[in-house]
Amino acid sequence: MRETFKPEDSKQAAEAVAWAAAEEAPLEVLGQGSKRGLGRPVQASRDLDLSALSGIASYEPDELVLTAAAGTPMAEIEQALEAEGQMLAFEPPDLGPLYGREAGGGSIGGVLACNLSGPRRIKAGAARDHFLGLEAVSGRGEIFRAGGKVVKNVTGYDLAKLLAGSYGTLAAFTEVTVKVLPRPEKTYSVLLFGLDDRGALEAMTRALTSEHEVSGAAHLPEAMAKRAPVDYLAEAGSNVTAIRVEGPGPSVKHRVAALRQELGDLAPSEELHSRNSATLWHWLAGGGPLANGVNEGAAIWRLSTTPSEGPSVMAKIAGEETLESYYDWGGGLLWLALPQGEDAGAGRVRGALEGLRGHATLLRADDALRAAVPVFEPLDAAKGALTERIKDGFDPRRVLNPGRMYAGI
Amino acid sequence: MPRPDDGILARRDEIAAALREIVPGEGVVTDEDERRAYETDGLTAYRDLPLAVVLPETREQASRVLAYCKEAGVKVVPRGAGTGLSGGALPLRDGILLAMGKFNRILEVDYDNRCVVAQPGVTNLAITQAVEAEGFYYAPDPSSQIACSIGGNVAENSGGVHCLKYGVTTNNLLGLEVVLMDGSAIEIGGRHLDSEGYDLLGLLTGSEGLLGVVTEVTVRILRKPETARALLVGFPSSEQAGDCVAAIIGAGIIPGGMEIMDANAVRAAEDFVKAGYPLDVEALLIVELDGPQVEVDHLVAQVGAIAEAKGAVTSKVSESEEERLRFWAGRKAAFPAIGRITPDYYCMDGTIPRRRLPEVLKRMTEMSERYGLGVANVFHAGDGNLHPLIMYDANNPGELERAEEFGAEILKLCVEVGGVLTGEHGVGVEKRDLMGEMFSEADLKQQQRVKCAFDPDALLNPGKVFPQLHRCAELGRMHIHRGRMPFPDLPRF
Repeated sequence: MRETFKPEDSKQAAEAVAWAAAEEAPLEVLGQGSKRGLGRPVQASRDLDLSALSGIASYEPDELVLTAAAGTPMAEIEQALEAEGQMLAFEPPDLGPLYGREAGGGSIGGVLACNLSGPRRIKAGAARDHFLGLEAVSGRGEIFRAGGKVVKNVTGYDLAKLLAGSYGTLAAFTEVTVKVLPRPEKTYSVLLFGLDDRGALEAMTRALTSEHEVSGAAHLPEAMAKRAPVDYLAEAGSNVTAIRVEGPGPSVKHRVAALRQELGDLAPSEELHSRNSATLWHWLAGGGPLANGVNEGAAIWRLSTTPSEGPSVMAKIAGEETLESYYDWGGGLLWLALPQGEDAGAGRVRGALEGLRGHATLLRADDALRAAVPVFEPLDAAKGALTERIKDGFDPRRVLNPGRMYAGI
Repeated sequence: MPRPDDGILARRDEIAAALREIVPGEGVVTDEDERRAYETDGLTAYRDLPLAVVLPETREQASRVLAYCKEAGVKVVPRGAGTGLSGGALPLRDGILLAMGKFNRILEVDYDNRCVVAQPGVTNLAITQAVEAEGFYYAPDPSSQIACSIGGNVAENSGGVHCLKYGVTTNNLLGLEVVLMDGSAIEIGGRHLDSEGYDLLGLLTGSEGLLGVVTEVTVRILRKPETARALLVGFPSSEQAGDCVAAIIGAGIIPGGMEIMDANAVRAAEDFVKAGYPLDVEALLIVELDGPQVEVDHLVAQVGAIAEAKGAVTSKVSESEEERLRFWAGRKAAFPAIGRITPDYYCMDGTIPRRRLPEVLKRMTEMSERYGLGVANVFHAGDGNLHPLIMYDANNPGELERAEEFGAEILKLCVEVGGVLTGEHGVGVEKRDLMGEMFSEADLKQQQRVKCAFDPDALLNPGKVFPQLHRCAELGRMHIHRGRMPFPDLPRF
């Protein structure tokens, strides 16, 4: 039977990890387990369940800072922020439905540990850019703190950045402090119809290099657009490119009008207002176009590359076949659904990146495939060696999520 | 600083000769007068002469210099433009100074992907100048931007007055090429977002030259806002100015810049540049809104109304670009303005939760009386980053020491009220011995274990940031207590 440690404070969490280190008994670190399907399967027979470390410790809206126990549900965080008209600007995606779970799950610690960010990444930064400070338990079973509880701080190494996106392989968070920001008063989107990949790239690039402070730029082929929870897209009958603008009312109206005019030579356009616009971007953030009753047996990939290379990378991956796919981040983020086959399409996907900078993550596949195929972009020798030495410093006995990112890490 | 190694000092000629094999010509400086130019950085109270100054021109040279130094056991201090304010580039007598000034070219401007690739010695401002004709700029703008290098900005994770809205260096980087102490080079990021594996980009940024030497930087550039307008608002108390800032943010507005100056700073600045600042206020707030004209006008009206409600006694809105720049002229000249009224000043850099500002200012006034030294304050109000300027005269025996003690007490106060030791200047040698105020022994050891992963022999910029050097073997040791089950009462399922 699987054993679970469920500490109620950071001291208990440290005791559990110290014991695991002494016994060389690896632990799988969990908040709510909502992203358990992301990463390589962890070889551990025990769980370190941090969900009892829960609750917002302090929230000062006008200081733009929120501190919470790591296991605090995202739903609770988002509710507290919404009550004050604020948000996590990196737009944490809700991947629940993609993994066949309920929407609205996840913990704040899990979001930061996976460094997950949504469409606003291009303007507001990633989760790591909003991660100010932490208390955590290292694989040595020691409690340590890093960063601070103010928005501007350069005291000591920025361990919050290192630990964001380390998937619990270095330390288990017990408390986190994040930067929060005001929610924009209005969210509008410009929709452009009928552009192919190259045309969409041109439109998105033009928008992103304009003065209009675009906070989202995505492109959906017709088949994906048809699944959208917004009629304007579902009924478009063509490819749809979406460009988001946020801010005070008069500003948003002005910028949307300007964008429609400046992009008018490329395609006919329409605009989406607040609720429709919010629904669209939430759906895009969580891989919605590839999920919800479709692609159920497929592997899902997320690939980040130089934006201008997006369409050519996509074309290489597609080859002769049609591909379920869409673009976010102005062409720099590719979402793909591929048949699982023998390698979940890893050869095709990573082959297309050859000679380019960028990285592909196998976001979803069966356990066996995720154990056999590198889930995260393989590291070159120099970075691999460095990664191993960093792991040694935090978790020399390999008890925290061993193998979750890379074999032996 | 660590005691100089006599063995290394004795081998100076041999070491210089070996380095000349790698960097020929005038790239290795040993003449004492020439080395003198490098004896200090922007923290001029600390000086020392490096063993030699090495000025590589290529990544390969930088890499070979580091590999040689590792092999020979020679310490290395990296240096950009030498404008840092915490002594991060303070030379070591038994170490070489690796000056990156010859890496001074912009390699590529890529508007479509909104980035610039530059060598680390390029100045911060030169990046903006390279792209401004096309309407772009590089957002982080430390006040030393005409001189400071982008590589130094990476090492210190530099900020500026616009960073609440646009972020500091780490939020505006896409890629780095870094040479490690063993001479190996790693390439991180590129023109895409996020990293595969651990976020080495984020870890290296702000690591103060202790983990690696930056040889290439890719930064994000932004389209210049359509317009900007500023409000100049005077308050009878710092408390009201702080309340006004809180109310602006509370109304959902993140201004491009938001600065508070106290009465001493206002007076000195007004005497110096005649910016038209009101002299009968205790705190002066500058709020700059940038973006599309229609948004800026909309927000200016909102901020004006908030200021009035919070008890502003004077309030002006810039009606032209010339007027906006005049509002800023006093703030931007605040440091030299203080420099005019005191022989020396010492610039501090703590961050506090903004709501504690009145209390911190009050206690600082008490300290000022106790130490017998004047203090003026400028404050990046949006993000709580405080720059007290302590006035002293280095020619009066003991005054520098008193100023340093005063500064240390201010920084301890910042930590006490929930803030941090440094918001943007770095720890360096200046705040090294205060690290224990903010971090426990366990915290600092965990940071030093990261150092061990990059530089196990502690040859790269030793003596900075950490108050105590531990050997990596000692840090790596684990104390195992076997057999003790964790908390018998722990809920298990």
